[in-house]
Amino acid sequence: MKIRTDRSTLLFNIVGYVVISILSLVCLLPFWLIISGSFSSEAEIVRDGFKIFPSEFTFSAYQSVFSNPQQIFKAYLVSISLTAMGTLLGLFFISMAGYVLSRKDFKYRNSLSFFIYFTTLFSGGLIPWYILVVKYLDWKDSYLALLVPMMISAWNIILMKNFMKSIPESIVESAKIDGAGEFTIYSRLILPLSTPGLATIGLFLGLAYWNDWFSANIFITTEAKYPLQFLLYKILASAAVLKTSVAANLSADFKPPTESLKMAVAIVVTGPIIFLYPFMQRYFVKGLTIGAVKG
Amino acid sequence: MSGFIAELRKNKILFLMIAPVLFFFVVFSYFPMVGVYYAFTNYNFEGGLFGSPFVGMQNFKFLYESGALFSLTKNTVLYNLAFIFIGNFLQLICAIFLSELAGKWFKKTAQSIMFLPFFISFVLVGAFVFNLFNTETGVINALLKQFGMHTYDFYMNTEPWKYIIVFFNVWKGLGYGTVIYLAAIMSISDEYHEAAKIDGANIFHRIRYITIPMLVPTFILLILLSLGGILKGQFDLFYQIIGSNGMLFETTDIIDTYVYRSLAVNFDIGMGTAAGLYQSFFGFVLVMSVNWIIKKTREDYALF
Repeated sequence: MKIRTDRSTLLFNIVGYVVISILSLVCLLPFWLIISGSFSSEAEIVRDGFKIFPSEFTFSAYQSVFSNPQQIFKAYLVSISLTAMGTLLGLFFISMAGYVLSRKDFKYRNSLSFFIYFTTLFSGGLIPWYILVVKYLDWKDSYLALLVPMMISAWNIILMKNFMKSIPESIVESAKIDGAGEFTIYSRLILPLSTPGLATIGLFLGLAYWNDWFSANIFITTEAKYPLQFLLYKILASAAVLKTSVAANLSADFKPPTESLKMAVAIVVTGPIIFLYPFMQRYFVKGLTIGAVKG
Repeated sequence: MSGFIAELRKNKILFLMIAPVLFFFVVFSYFPMVGVYYAFTNYNFEGGLFGSPFVGMQNFKFLYESGALFSLTKNTVLYNLAFIFIGNFLQLICAIFLSELAGKWFKKTAQSIMFLPFFISFVLVGAFVFNLFNTETGVINALLKQFGMHTYDFYMNTEPWKYIIVFFNVWKGLGYGTVIYLAAIMSISDEYHEAAKIDGANIFHRIRYITIPMLVPTFILLILLSLGGILKGQFDLFYQIIGSNGMLFETTDIIDTYVYRSLAVNFDIGMGTAAGLYQSFFGFVLVMSVNWIIKKTREDYALF
């Protein structure tokens, strides 16, 4: 009996380690290929294509990225400001709404919850929304178009409401007896008690702002206003443009971004999230776990 | 009505606190709903919402008769089914292995690595695809060349892109889904496993007769929830991988990319809105049906 148990556990462990190792490698491989590409020499790429290990290791792609860094710096500034402002403002509005909807003595909480939730069930679609922003709000080429529409989402409000529901009602009641106003209760008592919820939703928001390229794609026309991801998209896409007839009309001194340079830009643009992610991941796992256990 | 005013007076601050969010949804969600009217017009920018000529169902009729509606729906639904089933299956397997394997350091590292793709932008995913598959310099063609084989022109063939798109979607969501299933596994009481061990069950028995049955409700619920969104596409994924390469649309065009092109490339506002309305309307019906099924079977999990 004992031997049989050991043998099946051994078999399970072997299969488990192999499967998990393979999947981990597959998750890592594309990152590795980009890094290796960014350290390859241009001549080698043109001759042999991207390789898993570059035979001529060089920093030249990074040198050219940093020889003219203004646009990347500018894009960093745009992305960082948008992410910071969007996350803070979003958290403020979402948590206030979540607080109001979590209050069981608030009479209209169900109908207002449905008013918010309904927007996830039915929508006008991309085009009416786009026309609203461009024609009626007049936000074409404005940072507002990158900031405001992404700030609030029904899912985040529902998530926040559920987090806050788990805070005992007696806290609100006793504060009320002590004469605290609603906003004081929210800011002094409820917010500090909702840190895991705030962290999770803050991360969701921050990640969405940082990785957003679509808003800039449809709303922004001035190059100086590009956020990071859209700048990267533009640099990557310029190869596709050059294959078409448009290339013929470009001036002679226009140099397309080279292959290794593209990979270096991808690394430079992605960098901070890779360094922050081990710290962020902890909160994500915690927040997701709480959410999942609650159903 | 007087009840409402009394309530408003009593909870002034609460109403004030939720007002910005309500205003937001009125402007960005409810106001655009009026815009579905574009679907019934031949839109022009001078005429605007109600100045453009009304054409009735003509946009829908054209979508239907051109065959676009059928192929878009087919692509959208099939891709989502592949995403949902392959994705959930792999996430489940990973969660079971990660929960049972012994090495703590190994488990932590593996989980972190699998979560990594979730944090990056789809633009970077686009860079990965370019780096791997492009014809002149892609890694795969470089390897083929190295082994003296013929290179493969991915951008001229529609067939491989189905698999590439499914692969990258599953790849990006693996870590996230694994965490959800891991959380569900952690909530299974240890007593079941201890009792089974005493009865002589080996690890495969325990997984087969304890872990998997306990996870089935989570699995079914997650599948049902995602089925509701089966007409919604992953625009970022498709657009960053395929872009505007019309050669590949046959197997890779979904409703969302079609609507986007109507807006940004073809300027066909009426047609694009019609496709969007079709997606929204049937999505709504689908969510309602799924919710009805959940309500019948597992009432406490129903959405509303």
